[in-house]
Amino acid sequence: MKHRTFFWFILPTLSAMILFIAMPIVSVFVQSLFVAHEQVLVVSESCGPFGCTPTTSVDLEATEKLREEAPLGRFNGLGTYFNRSHLAIAEIGEAWANSDSLGAFWSQIYNLPFYNALIFTLTYTFVVTPAVLVLGLAIAVGVNNLPRALKGPSIFISLLPFLVTPLVGSLILFWMVDGDGVIGATIQKIFNDPSLSLKASTALTWIMLIVYGIWHTLPFSFITFYAGLQTVPDDTLEAAQIDGASKWQTMIHVVVPHLMPLVSFVTLMLIMDNLRVFEPIVSFSAEAHARSLSWVIFNDLRESGNPLYASAGATSLLTIIIVIFLMMPVLVRTWRDFTRKSH
Amino acid sequence: MATKAQSRMTPLKLFSYTFVALWLIIAAFPFFWTFWGSFKVQADFLSKADWRNALYGANTIAQTGSAFTAEAYRGAWIDEEFWFNFKNTGIVVFFTVVISLTFGTLGGYALARSGFRYAFWILMAALVFRAMPHITLVSGYLLPFFEWNVWGIQPTTIIVLVAINQPFTLWMLHSFFKNIPKDMDESAMVDGCTRFQAFRYVIVPVMWPGVITTGLFSFLLAYNDFTVAAMLLSEENETIIPAINSFMGTTQVEGKVMYAVAAVVSTVAPLFVLILFFQRQIVSGLTAGAVKG
Repeated sequence: MKHRTFFWFILPTLSAMILFIAMPIVSVFVQSLFVAHEQVLVVSESCGPFGCTPTTSVDLEATEKLREEAPLGRFNGLGTYFNRSHLAIAEIGEAWANSDSLGAFWSQIYNLPFYNALIFTLTYTFVVTPAVLVLGLAIAVGVNNLPRALKGPSIFISLLPFLVTPLVGSLILFWMVDGDGVIGATIQKIFNDPSLSLKASTALTWIMLIVYGIWHTLPFSFITFYAGLQTVPDDTLEAAQIDGASKWQTMIHVVVPHLMPLVSFVTLMLIMDNLRVFEPIVSFSAEAHARSLSWVIFNDLRESGNPLYASAGATSLLTIIIVIFLMMPVLVRTWRDFTRKSH
Repeated sequence: MATKAQSRMTPLKLFSYTFVALWLIIAAFPFFWTFWGSFKVQADFLSKADWRNALYGANTIAQTGSAFTAEAYRGAWIDEEFWFNFKNTGIVVFFTVVISLTFGTLGGYALARSGFRYAFWILMAALVFRAMPHITLVSGYLLPFFEWNVWGIQPTTIIVLVAINQPFTLWMLHSFFKNIPKDMDESAMVDGCTRFQAFRYVIVPVMWPGVITTGLFSFLLAYNDFTVAAMLLSEENETIIPAINSFMGTTQVEGKVMYAVAAVVSTVAPLFVLILFFQRQIVSGLTAGAVKG
């Protein structure tokens, strides 16, 4: 295809992506360099019969004018990145110097908002992803062994948890595990503790969110692996059988290696989606015990009346860096594949 | 061809059947439970005393005289004007799907037919863009949108959703067009068509299966979107998913929780129908990028 024709074909999609994906990243970076204006204060002396006292008041008009002139706020450089709510370099240094054990240091780190969210997001991603890979493969093999008539309906049922939006899916589960819901009430009865609530403890909240995450993403890995199983050559399976391999050995030594390219594809997709975990925290109202990076940004933007754009921008940019960092292995491999193909 | 040895019941097989059955119950039960419960009153749906109330509706009979009541749906759709949010979602979803498919087909076709290095870099950039959490982009939109006075209206949200959708659409249609033989459009060009005419008269008639599959996923993205719509739409333009969330904020009062339950069931119902009709396309779309490599 000629460069010129290519340009016209790609123009609409490329301009949409540049304007609304690439530019916002720049915009996020710019706004993270500024912080909101301080209010303009005026000191006036009010003199009475007993002498003069200086009073400080906010000059609303001047503050408004300042905001009008420079809506971004005043320049702060990289200050926002290093403050307590983000990378908190000073606080970490202090914690390192003052805490006598690694545990104490760790718990201080855990109390810093950015690291708290980072720890949850990474835990969620790296627990849900492997669990979904293994369980998805197990279900795919199971469904593949089912009689033909049952395969379609099982896929139909499995698709629902995946296609329903996280906000709605987690609400459905939330009503069930709620203290009054069917699962919540049953658990309370089993442990004979009417105050037991999945929302009350950090560990239970994390488990609940992770269980939700597995429920939600399992269909994706199941269906991909199921499609992959259809492409395993019968000859190879038969050969393994003739050589005396048991079902289990065939699985480990023939089927799994055949599915390996799929595993890396599913892993990439799962990591991308799990890193943005956000809606379940809103639905479960779990923010007291679990906050993800996305939730922290959302919260900054929602800060009623006075959104913290700088803080949201800094967290966003740090998140993007983390995402790209985690995707690096895949990007490098795709690049190698491409250069190998083109030579 | 199942031989006798293959169809014999082994412990391993029994285990895998049980496992599949267990998963299917876990997958389906929450939906069934919520659907059934949406026709009850709150005292039954969230019944601490006895979970069987939700099945038989003891309190529902006491309060309304019958075991099923559509009260929750009436409240959500009429009192809380949920139909209005559905209408907004309809508009946003329709335009998002149409525009992103138009952009995506043109771009995907170009990428599939161009062997130049920059085509690869565009695909790589799209992959990175696909990985961005949506909220990080939204935090970049707000200030400029306020500045230009385009915050809160539907066209803004539509174009943003189109853009967020492009990376995925491009990848999918790119791999789809790669499977359409190059010879087809090239022979048309030998016969004197321009590139665009070849696309219009040779490729367009055969591209619909791939476009429909991609369209389904564009639909799902726009229909299920919470992050963008919640941050970028004013209250009168709110779509269903943010509306359900604001239901939860304001309706913790006795009885009103059922409105949210009814709204949730109403939201899932179209998806249910969608899977019923398009199961094969959805499955092939999910695996498109993977199996073909």
